[in-house]
This record gives sequence, structure tokens and C-alpha cells, in this order.
Amino acid sequence: MSLWKPDPTFYPSPRDAASGPREKLAYVGAFDRSAERPDAITVVDTDPESPSYGTVVGWTDLPHTGDELHHFGWNACSSALCPYAPHPHTERRYLIVPGLRSSRIYVLDTKDRVAPEVVKVLQPEELAKRAGYSRPHTVHCGPDGLYVSALGGANGEDGPGGIALLDHRSFEVLGRFEVDRGSQYLAYDFWWHLNHDVLVSSEWGTPSMIEDGIVGELLLGRQYGHRLHFWDLRRRRHLQAVDLGDQYQMALELRPAHDPTKTYGFVGVVVSVEDLSASVWVWYRDGAEWAVRKVIDIPAEPASADDLPPVLKPFGAVPPLVTDIDLSVDDRYLYVSCWGTGELKQYDVTNPFEPIEVGSVRLGGIVRRTPHPARPDEPRAGGPQMVEVSRDGRRVYVTNSLYGSWDDQFYPDGVGGWMARLDVADGGGLTVDERFYPDFRGLRPHQTRLQGGDASSDSYCYP
Amino acid sequence: MTITTVLLLGAFHGLNPAMGWLFAVARGLQERSRDLLLQSLPVIALGHLGSVALVAVVVGVTGSVLTGGVVAIGGGVLLVAFGLWRLLSRRHFRWVGMRLSLTQLAGWSFLMSSAHGAGFMLLPVLTSVEVTGAPGPHSTHALSGALSGGLAVAAIHTLAMFTVAGVIAVIVYEFLGVTVLRRAWFNLDRMWAVALVAAGAITIATNW
Repeated sequence: MSLWKPDPTFYPSPRDAASGPREKLAYVGAFDRSAERPDAITVVDTDPESPSYGTVVGWTDLPHTGDELHHFGWNACSSALCPYAPHPHTERRYLIVPGLRSSRIYVLDTKDRVAPEVVKVLQPEELAKRAGYSRPHTVHCGPDGLYVSALGGANGEDGPGGIALLDHRSFEVLGRFEVDRGSQYLAYDFWWHLNHDVLVSSEWGTPSMIEDGIVGELLLGRQYGHRLHFWDLRRRRHLQAVDLGDQYQMALELRPAHDPTKTYGFVGVVVSVEDLSASVWVWYRDGAEWAVRKVIDIPAEPASADDLPPVLKPFGAVPPLVTDIDLSVDDRYLYVSCWGTGELKQYDVTNPFEPIEVGSVRLGGIVRRTPHPARPDEPRAGGPQMVEVSRDGRRVYVTNSLYGSWDDQFYPDGVGGWMARLDVADGGGLTVDERFYPDFRGLRPHQTRLQGGDASSDSYCYP
Repeated sequence: MTITTVLLLGAFHGLNPAMGWLFAVARGLQERSRDLLLQSLPVIALGHLGSVALVAVVVGVTGSVLTGGVVAIGGGVLLVAFGLWRLLSRRHFRWVGMRLSLTQLAGWSFLMSSAHGAGFMLLPVLTSVEVTGAPGPHSTHALSGALSGGLAVAAIHTLAMFTVAGVIAVIVYEFLGVTVLRRAWFNLDRMWAVALVAAGAITIATNW
């Protein structure tokens, strides 16, 4: 049913979003690595005034097993206010939840309930038949429908991966986004500069390159993704591929500026095969073309082979492994997860080309195993991985699982499953909230979505 | 009375953010240019005029070849059905693309107005113009009378739409800011659908 006034969680501009109310709940996807129990959408209380603050207050088991929940998104967001196809009286109500391993897509209703309810299941065959894709990953709500990236091809094909379009009312798969994919073959993340009619996509690998763990020969052979693709969002055509250089393996998360008049964004690179460093790059418009520039370099930390898992023993160092980044809604702070070294870094990116590190928190890490302050005696496995920032930029949520088979390679004695909340000080600086300590009952948490939208869920059409 | 109706419907269309004033504001904000906003408004009005005038011409031409109330009653029935469908359907106009030339913007406005059935809402007026302007069928005089009457209706209507849209666009751009959308963007689509049903019903009733 449509509303009489716009959904109160739709904001015309990033500034409006930042001044909205605080989130009271967080939806966190969690999966069972053994695929014996169902994965779950869990709900964490994020209201500090609530007696159940920092604990899991809702739990929705999915009807199947082995989905491996990764990124998920909303059926509608602030882009519903965009002037050329407005539909502001729909509700931000449904979570669109892809299973990365199963290729199923679930639709969960969050309205008037704490634990959401599964209302629709799209089977892999529908995604395969209508879009020719499998392994759905990232969901973004566009002005005209839902966009879902997918890593694999269908009908036994490993690739190409790409983007499927879903109807944002019926949630049926409409088809594939690409009218002309140019040289693009690998897929992973995508987002856009809506007001410039530009979509940006990144590269990880095809299912055979990732599903059984990172493949050393492919990595050293520089076969994982290292390019960005720029697309005409309106005509659905490939415009330009920008190569970061093949030593920069796995260009993953894309965070364009929220200010719709801007045409820059950040992409994180997991590892350089030359020195195991990680990096963050800025893409920007250079005349009529798109260009990239490396703006953050994070070196590997030397370590004794005895402390390293088999996959890293030959190297004698811990790679930072930047696997997620997130940009605050006001485009001021960039958060960078170093999942290998167990650190979350905060940069002031007021000038995107000259980031200044202003904060850091250590948790976990392959060698350091920094404990959570709420459990100072327990060495912590995993590291800050998925990072989500509240609309007002005051709170940061991190979870620790990357991807089942990769967790097992880098944390072979168990990655655990935890989530932490960090408070952001004025002008930068992070502290771990000791009261916030949810229990995921043995599942591994991944993506967080904050009630009413967060820093990576909404796009805005007005500056 | 008729002129008032035409003007009020024009104002109603101008008021609706989906009909274009919001797009004009967004274009102005994007480029930080009031000039771009002011250039966009007449172009949007032109697209709207095209959509409404097309309906006026179709009603005028078919009205001059068919007898009496056939067009009015048939059109009224279709309009009631269309209005009900719009009321119950949850579909919305889909378009991707913010960076349009002025020509493309006129095209967008034409499509947006047509998809919403903007011209159909004028059916009671258009059919009454056709009836009063036409002494009998099959006469060229009747056709030209109906056409010029219909096009005049479309022009007056669009002028009202343009005026209201322009005033709102400038006020929002200069003073209010788009934050006002969160409070003041009422679901005009529902009122719009009700207006379509009412327009159809009135057309049927007055031509029965």
C-alpha cells in the first residue's frame, strides 16, 4: 500500500540524511559455514537507551541451508525521490537478500516486526533464465528498479558476471543490465553517480576462482580482478575500463561520493602481489575520461612464519587485506578494514586525493589477535571486515567474516563470529563500545544494514 | 465555469512534482544554476502541452466524424477505467537518466504527462467544446471549430500549469530547499487517479 506522505526514511540530500534520527535496529546477515543449519537475518538492538542494547533481539532463519548470505539491500531508498521517476510514497520495507553460494534471492518484510519474515524466494533458475547470472552479490535500489550484481554466469558457465535488474514491486527478475558489456568479464561490486547517469563496477573473480578458497597460482598469476568499469547508466552500455595495474589484485568495494554533484569515489584493493600491501584508490573524471589514482598505501606487517597460516607462511608477513571500505554520508571520513592485520583505519578525505589518517582501532588480526575490550582475556580471530557507518556518521559497526572458504584459509583455527560498535569522536578517532556485544550463536556475521538506511544503502539526487 | 475548470486542472498538474517542476529544481541544484532551472520550466511545459494537445486533437477529430455523445461517453468509460487502474495499480513511470538536453527534457515531460493521462483529465471540457462548437457531424467547419477550441483549452491549461510549476520551482529553489519534500510531498497520484475517475464520470453524465 502506498503512503500519503513520503517514507520518512527517504532523504532528498546527504545533509538531510545525516540529520535524521538514530538507528534503533541493525539487520545483520549471518551464515553457517558447515551449511547444516540455515543462515539467518539477525536483528541487533542499537538503541543505547534500551535494556537489550547490543544484543540480538530478532532472528529469522532462512528456509534453506547453504546460502552464504553476503551483501543485501533495501527494496527502496532515497533514490525514490529522484525527479525523473519519482515514487516517494512506497515504503522502505523489504530486505533483498542474496545467497552468494546458493544463488537464491530472499525478500524479507521488516514492517511492524522485529524479526523480519521471508515473503518471497527467487530460485537460482529464475536468475539464470531471465538474466543469465548466478552468485548474486550486491543489491542497490535504483530510481527505476533493483540492481543486483552477480559473480557468475548461468547454465554451467563460469562467467561473465554482471548485473541483473529486478522489478522493485514484484521482485521478479527482469533481465540483465548490460546491453553492451565491452571488455567486462569479472564482476563484484557496483554503484553509481546517479545524477551523471554513470554506473561503476569492480572485479573480484568468477565462482571457480573463489568458491574453494583463494587460489595461489591465480593470485601470483595476477588473474583476479584489477579493473574498474564505467557504464552509461541510461543506455546500459560499457563506456570505459580503467586498469589499476595487474599487481593490484582484487579491486572490490566501491564508495562513490554521496554528494550527487561530485564525480569521484573510492575503491579498495585487497593485495598487491609485489609486496602484499593493500591500497585505496580514487576514481575521478579527467576531462571526458575516467581516471584512477592511488591515495592510500597500507604496508604488510612482518611476522614469524610460525605465527602464520599455511597460505602465508612463504611470505613471512601479514598482508593488511583491505576487504571493505565505507564512506560517511557527509563524504568526510573513509573507513578502511584491514582484515588481515586486524585494524580499522579512519581517514579524513575532505580532500579525496590527500587522505589523512585520523583514527584507528585494533581488533583481532591473523597474528595480533587483539581482544575486544569487553572480553580482554580472549584473543580474537578475524578482523574488522564489513564496515557500516550510521547516517549521522557518529557510529561505525564492523563484523569479522569475509567469505567462508577464505576465512578458513586465513584463520584456520576458526574465525569466530563477532560484531563491534565503534564511537567516532569529533574530528576523528575511534573507541570500541564495551556494552555492544551480540552473540550470533555460532554463525558468521557479514553485512550490516541499519534501520532506515546507512552510509552504503542510499543514493541521493539533490545536493 | 469551463475556463475556471481548465485553469484549476492546469494548476493541479503544475503542483504535482512528478509533472516536472521538481526535475527543473534538481537540474538547477545540480549545476548550481538558476538559469538552467528557468530554461527547463518552459521546455517541460512544452512537453506537457504536446501531450494535452494530442488528446484535444484526437477528441476533436473523432468527435467530428462520430455522432453526438459517442466519443464523450466512450471516452468517459475508458477514462473511468484508466483512473481506477491508476488508483489500484502500484506501477510508476520509469525512466533512467538525469542528464537530458532540453529537447530530451521536453520528450520526458511529454511521456510523463501522457503516462499519467494528463490530457484525459480535460475530457469533460474537451467534449463540451466539441459539442458546442459543432452544429453537426461531417462538416469541416465543425472540425476546425472543435480543433481550435480544443487547442485553446490545451494552451490555457498549460499556461496555468506552467505558472504554478514555475512559482513553486523558484520558491523551492530559492527559499525552501528540497528538504520540504519530506513534509509536503503528498501522494498526488491518488488524488490524480480520483480526478481521472471523476472526469470520466462527469463526461458520461453530461453527455448521456
